[in-house]
Amino acid sequence: MTDLADRQKLSYIAAQAADARLNVELETEGMTLNIGPQHPATHGTLRIIVRLDGEQVVWAEPSAGYMHRGYEKLTEVRTFPQVTALVNRIDWLGSFANEVPFILAAEKLMEIEAPPRAQWIRTILFELSRIANVGLFLGDLGVQLGAVTPVFMAFRDREHVLNLIEGATGGRFHPNFDRIGGLKDDLPAGWIAETKQVMKKLRNFCTEMEDLLFGNEIFQSRLRGIGVIPAEVAKQYGLSGANLRASGVDWDLRRDQSLPLAYDKVDWKVWTHPDGDSFARCWIRLQETRESTLIVDQLLDTMPSGPIMAKVPRIIKVPEGEAWVSTENPLGEMGYYVVSKGDLGPFRVKIRSASFNNISIVPWVLRGVYVPDVISILASLYFILGDIDR
Amino acid sequence: MLAVDLPYWAQSLLRVLGGTVAVLLPAGTIVYLFLFKMMSFMQSRLGPMEAGPYGSMQLFAEVGKWLQKEDLAPDGADKRIYRMAPLVVLVSTFLLVAVVPFGPDAYFTNFDAGVFYMLAVSSISTLGILMAGWSSANKYSLLGGLRAAGQLIAYELPMVLAVLGVVIQAGTMNLQQIVVKQNSDSIFGWDGLGNPYILTQFIGFAIFMIAVQAELTQTPFDMPIAESELVSGYMTEYSGFRFLIFFIAEFATAGVFSLIASVLFLGGWGVPFSWFGWDAATGSVDNWMNVAGPIIMITKMMVLSGIIMWVRFSYPRFREDQLQRFAWKVLIPVSLLNIMLTAILKVAF
Repeated sequence: MTDLADRQKLSYIAAQAADARLNVELETEGMTLNIGPQHPATHGTLRIIVRLDGEQVVWAEPSAGYMHRGYEKLTEVRTFPQVTALVNRIDWLGSFANEVPFILAAEKLMEIEAPPRAQWIRTILFELSRIANVGLFLGDLGVQLGAVTPVFMAFRDREHVLNLIEGATGGRFHPNFDRIGGLKDDLPAGWIAETKQVMKKLRNFCTEMEDLLFGNEIFQSRLRGIGVIPAEVAKQYGLSGANLRASGVDWDLRRDQSLPLAYDKVDWKVWTHPDGDSFARCWIRLQETRESTLIVDQLLDTMPSGPIMAKVPRIIKVPEGEAWVSTENPLGEMGYYVVSKGDLGPFRVKIRSASFNNISIVPWVLRGVYVPDVISILASLYFILGDIDR
Repeated sequence: MLAVDLPYWAQSLLRVLGGTVAVLLPAGTIVYLFLFKMMSFMQSRLGPMEAGPYGSMQLFAEVGKWLQKEDLAPDGADKRIYRMAPLVVLVSTFLLVAVVPFGPDAYFTNFDAGVFYMLAVSSISTLGILMAGWSSANKYSLLGGLRAAGQLIAYELPMVLAVLGVVIQAGTMNLQQIVVKQNSDSIFGWDGLGNPYILTQFIGFAIFMIAVQAELTQTPFDMPIAESELVSGYMTEYSGFRFLIFFIAEFATAGVFSLIASVLFLGGWGVPFSWFGWDAATGSVDNWMNVAGPIIMITKMMVLSGIIMWVRFSYPRFREDQLQRFAWKVLIPVSLLNIMLTAILKVAF
């Protein structure tokens, strides 16, 4: 009995002390909230630990690794041609774009170059996977902000692009089409005319998104001035792709690098935005989707004829050496550092994926924002979980 | 008055049945027509097509599914409060429909403080939502519940102020008399259309509809649920028939608020009395209006709830602080101004 009474007395004292604290300085206790690994807004299994004061974020940290598949290690027990089937699955929305830098790295080590027609088709498929990827982002953005309709429009028009990719490669999601020295097949008959029509549809889709989402006052008030990343900070955290260009840095690997791809043969523009806020990041992606359709159109017009495969030995052995090739993927800079010991397969592959670096700015950019802005900032940074965890 | 004179128990039974129909029918129609079909067509898809012709039986399939599910409560939940919360929300809907007049004699209850009562009982749902948020023992639910409380209290005010304009113009708080006034009045001597208050109280109507949107927690004011931020807000932990009750309450309340808006602004169950030479003062409204009235009301309700749903499907959501700012800095001053104008014009004419 005394025990209980003592406990009551203690709890009473504690309550009084708490009241006193509250009265003196209105001190409130924070709350730790786990956003993820299972949460509708994290595109997979990213976990973000946030400490909240009311609805304001005091501290945030992303915790990756819930979907780690060990692709870097797995490549060591595959032959070079087999690796593309693995790396397809890194950024699963723009699969073909994952293959290209690896193949280019292997070609660099072997000192061969794909014939012009293969380069053209590679570039077209590269841009198509960018459109499929970023087009979905534009729709998904609406869902993250509570508008349910845009995502269905995005899925509707992405379907056309996936059909094109399927028509050319045989795979909707994971083409596994790029080969060392060229491509698996040439384009099927009628593909070029169809692609041109689809590109027109996608330009319409971009205009539709501009009207439906980007012109909406609520959308603008939710994104403008939120999650501002200055150019200096963006560079320090190693952001790349649209996230970096939205901070006003004019940097695009498609233009700044001379790779055996056909980007220097067409007339196109690198979009930048001076603001660096969430709206700028989304706006840049919209403009880039439209720019990509224009690139594809021009490439289709200037496509050279000829073989699609260079002369490569039947059994591919990559000579000893190290090569680093990175390209401007839908999510940002993606690169492979390939070390070969002259074997059938690579000795070591280091994958630099864009989302992993893009997400590293989360603790910096989330500090002090409100919970709804956590979601909109994460949406505007745009990551694919496979690209973070690999 | 009706010629039949039923005993008290029969009247009560009829009222209970009528109330149930008046709550469930709009909910079902809104969910099927707008949530299933209109939304799908807007998003270039077909919506449910398998259950019944054009998926019209889909609702029964859904209800059957929810009723079969286990009645779960989280370990840390305050079980009694947790189980009560959805019922509290639904009760508010039933209480609301009680004052809505459907015809000259087709009403559940008719009393002089109808508007006052309506505004009072509509806040009960806030209590239920707060209970659900607090008792679920879930951080997302708690955030959702607190957001809901803040939002519903903030938007109660513009709603009251918007309705006040109508009350001033009608000179009564009795919903039945507001309907009669709208249909028997004239616009500057021309009585071909009656005088529906949407013509004079259009600011009040706009504010009322915005406040209803917020009160129903529909997009762009759906932060309490905010599925991309708070999973499902205060409903996160609910499943089975308790979730179903929340769901019914949400759409039934949308229907009932549309009914109330049509009573306050669109002339309710009535047709302009001058069309048939009725005289409101002697109560000579024909009996067939008791049948036609509900149909007219349902039509108006479908139009208004159609607008509510249309906005819901096309807009992104506000942030919590933007929502509060919108309520306190825009809606409330504008509605106060509207009241002032109405009062001045009322005295002047």
